[in-house]
Amino acid sequence: MIPELGNFALMLATVVALVQGVLPLTGTFVANPQTQISLQSLARPAAALQFALVAFAFGALATSFLSNDFSVLYVSQHSNSLLPKPYQFAAVWGGHEGSLLLWVLMLTLWSVAVALFSRSLPLDMVARVLGVLGLISVGFLLFILTTSNPFERLLPAAMDGRDLNPLLQDPGLVIHPPMLYMGYVGMSVAFAFAVAALLSGRLDAAWARWSRPWTVIAWAFLTFGIGLGSWWAYYELGWGGWWFWDPVENASLMPWLVATALIHSLMATEKRGSFKAWTVLLAIAAFSLSLLGTFLVRSGVLTSVHAFATDPKRGVFVLLFLAVVVGSSLTLFAWRAPRVTLGGRMELVSRESFLLANSVLLVVATAAVLLGTIYPLVIDALNLGKLSVGPPYFNAVFAPLLVPAIFLIIPGSVARWRDAQVREIAYKLRWTALGAVALGVGLPFVLGAWSWGSALGLFLGAWVALGTLQQVLERVRKPGRIGASFWGQQIAHFGMAVLVVGVTGVKSYEVERDVRMHVNDVVTIAPYTFRLKSLDEVMGPNYKATRADVEVLRDGQLLEVLQPEKRRYFSSAMPMTEAAIDSGFMRDLYVSLGEALNETRTEWSVRVYYKPFVPWLWAGVLLMVLGGVLAAVDRRYRK
Amino acid sequence: MKPRTKRLALIVGGIVVLCAAAAFVLNAFQSNLVFFFTPTQVSNGEAPKGRTFRAGGMVKEGSLVREGNSVRFVITDTEKEMQVTFVGLLPDLFKEGRGVVSQGKLGDDGVFVASEVLAKHDENYMPPEAKHALDQAAAAKAAQSVKTNP
Repeated sequence: MIPELGNFALMLATVVALVQGVLPLTGTFVANPQTQISLQSLARPAAALQFALVAFAFGALATSFLSNDFSVLYVSQHSNSLLPKPYQFAAVWGGHEGSLLLWVLMLTLWSVAVALFSRSLPLDMVARVLGVLGLISVGFLLFILTTSNPFERLLPAAMDGRDLNPLLQDPGLVIHPPMLYMGYVGMSVAFAFAVAALLSGRLDAAWARWSRPWTVIAWAFLTFGIGLGSWWAYYELGWGGWWFWDPVENASLMPWLVATALIHSLMATEKRGSFKAWTVLLAIAAFSLSLLGTFLVRSGVLTSVHAFATDPKRGVFVLLFLAVVVGSSLTLFAWRAPRVTLGGRMELVSRESFLLANSVLLVVATAAVLLGTIYPLVIDALNLGKLSVGPPYFNAVFAPLLVPAIFLIIPGSVARWRDAQVREIAYKLRWTALGAVALGVGLPFVLGAWSWGSALGLFLGAWVALGTLQQVLERVRKPGRIGASFWGQQIAHFGMAVLVVGVTGVKSYEVERDVRMHVNDVVTIAPYTFRLKSLDEVMGPNYKATRADVEVLRDGQLLEVLQPEKRRYFSSAMPMTEAAIDSGFMRDLYVSLGEALNETRTEWSVRVYYKPFVPWLWAGVLLMVLGGVLAAVDRRYRK
Repeated sequence: MKPRTKRLALIVGGIVVLCAAAAFVLNAFQSNLVFFFTPTQVSNGEAPKGRTFRAGGMVKEGSLVREGNSVRFVITDTEKEMQVTFVGLLPDLFKEGRGVVSQGKLGDDGVFVASEVLAKHDENYMPPEAKHALDQAAAAKAAQSVKTNP
């Protein structure tokens, strides 16, 4: 009964979304002021009602999971009565159908948030923004109802479920999809604002001002979601890598790069009225790339832990939807853009020009990632052969494009609007530059081997960190209240510096040992000694595992006992690696079990890794998220 | 400088930088494309010498041999076979009789020196490349049998 109610709620939600998408937008075209207002004011209640209905459907699906209702096909495919309760709940988005439902839930959540926090917005803008969000929602709800209904029944009911993919049975994975989706879907709000501005013909500073906090908060969610995914890959895949240039990762990185360009471009548009057309294009691109990401990940063209769907109808639907969104928004743009006035004048060197340069670098980097991700798929689809583009390409392309972009953060944020002098900027930053060069050249000696790569990376990190500190010191000496957005900017930039140092440190100084070990065998990575103390068989709720006790010693002192596991889940023949990690401020010690090398399972291949600076990666990401949140809640957006 | 010349300089400079970036990206792209070859293609000498490529198919039953940290195994597409050596730990899902894709270079002795053995995260999953190799071989076999049985 509950699944049927959920299904019914989804159908009602589709109708309400249609109302939300069509009537308020119609209200912005009709001439009669009375009809105008009554149609436009439908937007807010419709958004609230739609959210309530989708939340009900989501709750219904969650109830089916928690009550082990294996007569629901989707539940029987992704859950099991032995699965711990929190994972049964997380299994709601453990497959294709449920994750789409989560997508729509997020979308309606964003819509309701816009409806609630838009009191300062004119009613016609609210109507347009919520109207566009409603139309997007119609598309996704139809997608769910026609091709991927999570409430479909299985008759006769299964005795027990097939269980959640063991890789997904992990706390990181419980929160990674919702965070990432909040980011992906949040881009739809930036998109809706851009389209609303195009529709109204009022592409001005006010639009950028309204759009900014929403875009920044969506960017923060996206950053957090990507960070969580990377963290999960690092400890759960058992390889000790944190970024693989997997197409699925690229699918989330592309909207992030464009969104980063967008939040900066929006600032120039708000403050100076510059780059209006460019900003609108970025907003369209950010959302289109989010949809493309959804398509790549969900359509089954990529095979990975994320690709659930193999039904070609689904891929076609998302592709068509993508075509409609991109096509209609670009047409609208082409129709309206000629009317956009040029913004305030700017000189060759000014904050605007730095922001523009960074925007372009980020967009080129996005294009490079897009090329490497899509090309093999296109070639395969056209039957022209099988090929792949590996990490060497992305590494070769990414660093030269992002190094200048990151370098420009500092001169860009100290330069004045409209007209700045290179000499003045250079003079202002002379001590920062000197300090950064000294640290860049010197630190590699302290850390171990000197190389150009590590020197450049550390210089870059030091440059951004010191430049940020300088700006903070100068600002606090001046009188006046310091807005949250200033702190947001500085903390986010500082987070980028920490991330850069982290990436450089891991790349340059990690030590990886793949060894064969018996009990009591010893591996040394100076100054740490690892000893395999014992191997035990242990039972989990829905798996059996071999657990190793690995003692970590430093100068003969016991530091820690690491317990990596090799798990065999009852529901699947595939073994799972649980790495054991000891995290410090400067380094991680990472041990994971490879495979048993003999019949008696007394000799194992073991990965023993020394990973310096890995905690800095996560710290950098968290700082960027914090910065984004602070910038978004600045009081001036709520006036 | 007059505002107009300045604007022109800005635009020209921008285009030059964009072209340079595009050329650089495409060049990196060109030199990092990794092509896929089936064991049949490799034995026909179609695979490049000295350049990294991917090869895949099934791991032949009983072919896995360990020597210290290195392993040797045979990839087959049921038609032709190829020897592979690899130093390092095999992924969890590597098994004899299962699909595999490995990336590396062909040595002078015709043995494929893998730098990477690719793992995917599903036991029932067959790498598309490996499936492609088996399909190709099956198709060739079918064509052969049509020819020989008039």
